[in-house]
Amino acid sequence: MDARLLADQIPSLRRYARALTGNAWAADDLVQDTLERACSKWRLWVVGSDLRAWLFTVMHNIFASQLRRTPPPHSVVPLEDAAQELHGGSDPGRDPGMGLDLQRCLMQLPEEQRAVLLLVTLEDLSYAEVARVLGIPAGTVMSRLSRARVRLHELMDGASAPHRTGLRRLK
Amino acid sequence: MNRPAPPPTDDELHALVDGQLAPERRAEVEGAVARDPALAARVAAWRTQRDALRRLHGELLDEPVPASLMNALGRSQTRRARQGHWMRWGGVAAGVLIAFAAGWLGNAQWSMQRAASAQLARAPAMREFVHDASIAHAVYAPEKRHPVEVAASEQQHLVQWLSKRLDRPLKVPDLTAMGYALVGGRLLPGESGARAQFMFEDGAGERITLYIGTLDSQAAAGTAASRETAFRFASEGPVPSFYWVDQGFGYAVAGKLPREVLLKLATLAYRDLS
Repeated sequence: MDARLLADQIPSLRRYARALTGNAWAADDLVQDTLERACSKWRLWVVGSDLRAWLFTVMHNIFASQLRRTPPPHSVVPLEDAAQELHGGSDPGRDPGMGLDLQRCLMQLPEEQRAVLLLVTLEDLSYAEVARVLGIPAGTVMSRLSRARVRLHELMDGASAPHRTGLRRLK
Repeated sequence: MNRPAPPPTDDELHALVDGQLAPERRAEVEGAVARDPALAARVAAWRTQRDALRRLHGELLDEPVPASLMNALGRSQTRRARQGHWMRWGGVAAGVLIAFAAGWLGNAQWSMQRAASAQLARAPAMREFVHDASIAHAVYAPEKRHPVEVAASEQQHLVQWLSKRLDRPLKVPDLTAMGYALVGGRLLPGESGARAQFMFEDGAGERITLYIGTLDSQAAAGTAASRETAFRFASEGPVPSFYWVDQGFGYAVAGKLPREVLLKLATLAYRDLS
């Protein structure tokens, strides 16, 4: 096994875990568990197959078992993270307030919808890959994606302009 | 378009937004969306949402990977670690690994470096100390969120803590005369015990670090014998630094600055400390 292959994936695993858990500490813990598990189960990775997708699978198995053990605390962005978020972005193109809102709204989605939406948008996995990573049928990927998008849109709309009516769904 | 395209399904609209639509259907779906303002608005909203999500936590892609995560990899790699294996890792990764994993990787790597650079520094341990200082600077100075463990706002606590860990009363030099204010400090591991790093920043966000630690007895003896406290310049590491030894204690001021500016800062720090 070449640790370098794994090391290359760490930044993107961290970003995904951060968006999924909504918490910097929990995210790095999740990444750490994922790396340790990946190292010990390395033989299970089929050489030549997509390493990223495999790592996401490992991460999701850990995340799911963590959820089973301890149900997630309520969707709150810790104050510390919020403060860091506000001071962190020195990139003028980034609006920290927007990021905070988005993360907060994401946390209000059920985990299974959040995971599908993030794997598709943030990580650019194909629908088929998402189905494999999460171990769910392709049809379920699409229905979760659809619900996640509609719900997130409503939430963001509410977050930015409480009185404006959101885009209505067709039909 | 002559015939009306079949109306796009919900799944096809998602696939359009995610760039996963079959190419042969793409033009038809795009056409249908363009003709229907409600569909167009929906697709536009999803695209905006997708773009926003893709920017989320983007800074994590540029940040150095925390040592704890690198160590998670390292722990299961120990058996396979071979001399030279780790040195192939680039940039910051190498810095992080060297700074934190050198202990258990053994001395082979270091002895080689020592031999190669023996003529550059009188005492090998001093040379290594300066190299560590340079790497510590390269690892922590770019940090946006956690550049230091204890911030300047708790300066008293910082100084007490680091003095205790280094077993010697420390002092933070005042570099405001050159426009540098204290950001804070952190504790680091070194070959011969604990090391301390103080970070300073000027108005433009340029950061310099002062790295302090006990040198091992050999190095201390070597320098004591030669009574050398003069500044020396080192440019071999990721960032240049000026260093000196005072009573068995090593000091290195590192920063991505021209040599003469760095020398002025080192002089200022030296005067303030002694």
